[in-house]
Amino acid sequence: MTSPRQPRGARATRRHTPKADTSGIYQRAVREAFIKLDPRLALKNPVMFLVWVGTLVAALSTIEPNLFGTTPGNNQQLFNALVTFILFFTVLFANFAEAVAEGRGKAQADALRSTKSETTARKVLADGSIEEVPSTSLHRDDQIKVIAGDIIPADGEVIGGTASVDESAITGESAPVLKEPGSDIASSVTGGTRIISDELLIRVSADPGKGFLDRMIALVEGAERSKTPNEIALTVLLAVLTQVFLIVVVTLLALANYVGNPVSVVTLIALLVALIPTTIGGLLSAIGIAGMDRVAQFNVVATSGRAVEACGDVNTLVLDKTGTITLGNRLAEEFIPINGHSMTDIASVALASSIFDDTPEGKSIVRLAENLGAKVDFERSQSEGIEFSARTRMSGTNLPGGSEVRKGAVDAVKGFVRSRGGELSSELDAAYERISRLGGTPLAVCRDRDIYGIIYLKDIIKPGIRDRFDQLRRMGVRTVMLTGDNRITAEVIAQEAGVDDFIAEATPEDKIAVIQAEQAKGKLVAMTGDGTNDAPALAQANVGLAMNSGTQAAKEAANMVDLDSDPTKLIDLVTIGKQLLITRGALTTFSLANDIAKYFAIIPAMFTSVGSLNIMGLASAQSAVLSALIYNALIIPALIPLALTGVKFRPLTANQLLSRNIFIYGLGGVVAPFIAIKFIDVIIAGVGLK
Amino acid sequence: MFQGIFQIILTLILLVAIVPRLGKYMAQVFLGETTFLDRIAHPIERMIYTLGEIRTDDMTGWQYIRAILYSNLVMGVFVFLLLMLQGVLPLNPTGLAAPSFDTALHTTISFLTNTDQQHYSGENTFSYASQILALGFLMFTSAATGLAVGIAFIRGLSGKPLGNFYVDLTKAITRILLPLSIVGAIVLIIFGVPETLLGPEVVTTISGNSQAIARGPVAHFEIIKQLGENGGGFFGTNSAHPFENPNPATNLIETLAMLAIPASLIYTYGEIAGNKKQGWLLFWMVFIIFAVLIAIATVGEYQGNPLVNQLLDKQFPNLEGKLLDKQFPNLEGKLLDKHFPNLEGKETRFGWAQTALWAISTTATMCGAVNGMHDSLMPPAGAATLFNMFLQIIWGGQGTGTAYLFIYLILSVFLTGLMVGRTPEFLGRKIEKREIVLASVVLLVHPIVVLIPSAIALAFPDTLAGISNPGFHGLSQVVYEYASASANNGSGLEGLADSQPAATALWWNFSTLVPLLVGRYVPIIALLLLADSMTNKQPVPENAGTLRTDTILFTNVTAGVILILGALTFFPVIALGPIAEAFQIGK
Repeated sequence: MTSPRQPRGARATRRHTPKADTSGIYQRAVREAFIKLDPRLALKNPVMFLVWVGTLVAALSTIEPNLFGTTPGNNQQLFNALVTFILFFTVLFANFAEAVAEGRGKAQADALRSTKSETTARKVLADGSIEEVPSTSLHRDDQIKVIAGDIIPADGEVIGGTASVDESAITGESAPVLKEPGSDIASSVTGGTRIISDELLIRVSADPGKGFLDRMIALVEGAERSKTPNEIALTVLLAVLTQVFLIVVVTLLALANYVGNPVSVVTLIALLVALIPTTIGGLLSAIGIAGMDRVAQFNVVATSGRAVEACGDVNTLVLDKTGTITLGNRLAEEFIPINGHSMTDIASVALASSIFDDTPEGKSIVRLAENLGAKVDFERSQSEGIEFSARTRMSGTNLPGGSEVRKGAVDAVKGFVRSRGGELSSELDAAYERISRLGGTPLAVCRDRDIYGIIYLKDIIKPGIRDRFDQLRRMGVRTVMLTGDNRITAEVIAQEAGVDDFIAEATPEDKIAVIQAEQAKGKLVAMTGDGTNDAPALAQANVGLAMNSGTQAAKEAANMVDLDSDPTKLIDLVTIGKQLLITRGALTTFSLANDIAKYFAIIPAMFTSVGSLNIMGLASAQSAVLSALIYNALIIPALIPLALTGVKFRPLTANQLLSRNIFIYGLGGVVAPFIAIKFIDVIIAGVGLK
Repeated sequence: MFQGIFQIILTLILLVAIVPRLGKYMAQVFLGETTFLDRIAHPIERMIYTLGEIRTDDMTGWQYIRAILYSNLVMGVFVFLLLMLQGVLPLNPTGLAAPSFDTALHTTISFLTNTDQQHYSGENTFSYASQILALGFLMFTSAATGLAVGIAFIRGLSGKPLGNFYVDLTKAITRILLPLSIVGAIVLIIFGVPETLLGPEVVTTISGNSQAIARGPVAHFEIIKQLGENGGGFFGTNSAHPFENPNPATNLIETLAMLAIPASLIYTYGEIAGNKKQGWLLFWMVFIIFAVLIAIATVGEYQGNPLVNQLLDKQFPNLEGKLLDKQFPNLEGKLLDKHFPNLEGKETRFGWAQTALWAISTTATMCGAVNGMHDSLMPPAGAATLFNMFLQIIWGGQGTGTAYLFIYLILSVFLTGLMVGRTPEFLGRKIEKREIVLASVVLLVHPIVVLIPSAIALAFPDTLAGISNPGFHGLSQVVYEYASASANNGSGLEGLADSQPAATALWWNFSTLVPLLVGRYVPIIALLLLADSMTNKQPVPENAGTLRTDTILFTNVTAGVILILGALTFFPVIALGPIAEAFQIGK
């Protein structure tokens, strides 16, 4: 019953959210278990509510054993009291299971809430003056100013200033993050984080109570927990089975009287409780809460349980190459000069094109160029950096003398050169192809109309990613890699990483097209994204996982946010989603399979005419009923750890999983209670309760 | 003994031979493919569609349901009026008056729902006109209605449009029931079943008295009675009557006739859904359960009644088996272990084996015809017949049985689907709340309308029930009656005073109406809505994460789900009825 099992071992070292205080959970859960006896709360779970009603009736029969007519048998009062006692504990155990699961969520929510104390915010008014207002009165599109040391009062977009922000309260990452306006990723701030240097002007993006932190608290706390589709369907099935057995037991009263073997109401209640699916009924909500909790432990915030469940159904993962399949940073490996230029020429042009480029790629180009002896031979301050954009797919520098150096996608650079009246050579294509075949990314470098050559950027595939894709394939999940690289490069990387399919030279529009195409085939698609232009695709996907480092738009469109900004987590989420369903299915099967043994314990005990069916050789009628009930009660707490941690998931095909789980939970569910009930009976007989 | 086992095995082998052929043919008929009967059936169908002004386009679930309910209502009213007016209608050689109002109502609904529970004796209650035009008419239409539902359900599951009820109803009659009935009736006539409109023959018996021998247009009535899982006998003693079922040859034909369509329909599913493997797996699953039940019943019947055996033992302490053989040739002389097969309530021309086989077949297929007294079956066979009617899927009723089988399959898919970590899907279509609700309705209806009326009747055994055998057997009698009504089987354990003019007849006639109607139409509505919602779902492509439902493992799981969900519900009843009775006799 300790910490939830991590679907992937490697990840365990990287999670950091639960600063939650879990020490008092069990004491609190015990208290909660009693509070949940309130009929209004108990009614939410029809199966357990029926047990609770049965407990009360049994209690009445204890006080007045002849309440429902006299029944034969000695020690009726003691027997009734014992049944009442066991039934009461059955209800308590179920309540306890739910309370423990909720308690974990609450503890996390409390930890989060502590960061969200009410603060005063400096609201910038229309005339530019500043007014101090409580943070809770901030609305969307208000402008606020924060300075070093402040807790940022609300979610928002940076529109002025540059500052470092400590986001550890949410992400657990202690290194401060640079925030500045304009850039896609670095411009969004989250309420509850602390600005540790300088100051920022922020436009508030969430109304009070609707901020990221608020949503997160509500979710981990389970306040907004609505039942997921599968959970609803299962609840229906359990309710129907309960009704069926209710009819069976109630009508049995008349049948038993007719054959001259009247049964006491308490024994009938015992039979009913033994037959209805109390095991799964008592643990169902705990399983659901624990599933959400596992997601939260993984540092992912899901907007709904539905999204978590959908993860288990995902057929296709659409993954960006960069950052997910390969390490985010491609490094310059080599320069390939063409058109008669020397290595020194290309190095200096490449350097010139990259001096304003702060990306890891840019820096690696500078480093390689400097290693080759290139130097900046112009005045930096008089030159202008040209930023990369998705449209131009180039970046570079406009040099003081009016000449333009550019580097970028080969096509883009070709276009640039052509527009300046330059000519293209076949040498370029040869070099381009060579690099593509190596799985590298070729960047063309030019100065005005003259192409100097190609930079070979080497992609580094994340270690272990191939195994993950193999596992996914075995689970029936297809992976599609999206990359801006050309076909040849994409193919090499796709092969090396072991993805099933890839889309080369992809634009953001391609992303949504791929998703729609897969969905048209009836598949469920999951994807990750961070940029604003990913938002439509994130919304379109059945499971959209946004990076916390991403823009506000992306986070709002997604149904999950990864606080660690690690796109490979999508793969773990698939596992968690499946585990959630498997746990429900396995415990339901176990619960239903148990009925066989309970029948064989109780029916011969009830009817002397079929006493020979007592194949377990239970000591007496009363001890048989009590043993079955005690088993029925104890199995709930015994399975709480399983409900909370989930049934272990292995990346196998559906059929392999089924044969494994049906063996453990189906066959086990048939056999286990026979042994356990016999064992309890021996103890009862030994104690001499009879 | 070997003769008996041979008879059973021969019947089962013939069944296995029939299934793929008839199953494929039915698939062709309902998929609209060309069959050898096209040339005759086409013009007839066209004429029916034109005369009936029937639009033959596909229906939605509700349209299909409305078509069934309205057409059944009209047919029911028509038949009820015919029965009530039989006194003034022709073809009434014995001059029978109209039956009592409650008998007519019970009979109409009983035949309308393909149940054919009879609280009367045919030859003494209904004229030839009533038997042919009213009851015989419903025997075709109720069977065809069931078949249409089964086919529409299969279509829905496999993502095809549900079809048109009127077209399916017509085709079921013109291409399946009618052709088979014509051939079957001719064969029965050849083997000695009468087909005449003449009144009873009055003969002088050996002792010099005169006796009226009832006869009538039996052969054509008999074959559709079996083939359509109707089971309502022309004569009160049903297929035990020598004019309904004169000899072992007709017995074989009639047994196969009742098994043929429900068993073949599973194969038809495989053809329509494009998964023959699954069709076969399900067929063998049901076949094995069926065979086990036959074994249970035959062993019980073969061993006979321990109380009777003890008596015979005392009477003939020193007799060798062979001697007795000569004395009682019809006992088959199986005196090993001094056990006599149970022959009470059996026709000696069929013996214990053919009667046990028939009893299991008729309760398995919801036919309800009998060739012996089920009341006299030993407890193992009694339990097996009840088990059949509780589960309703060991072949099951015409069309509906196969559909119920898929309800269990859907529930199995739901549980196992969760267990492999995916939203459960069947044939690529997701099983969600709506499907579970509808499947649950089917699951819930049967216990409600079997157990609740049984409990009421047993709570007032003297005033209401009129039970002849109090105790465990009496409980079986009552539960059997309602189970038979709700499962639309129609056979009875008898021993209940349920025919007019008994005082309790009114209670039985009216209290069985609820299980008859609810047991028939509520599941049909749920099945068609379920089919409708499945066919409108976007299919999910299959991959390694998809749970295959056409594997031996999954079929075994389905069998487990059937046993747990279906059988455990009724375990207390079986325990207090046949099992307790067995212990009582065996003491």
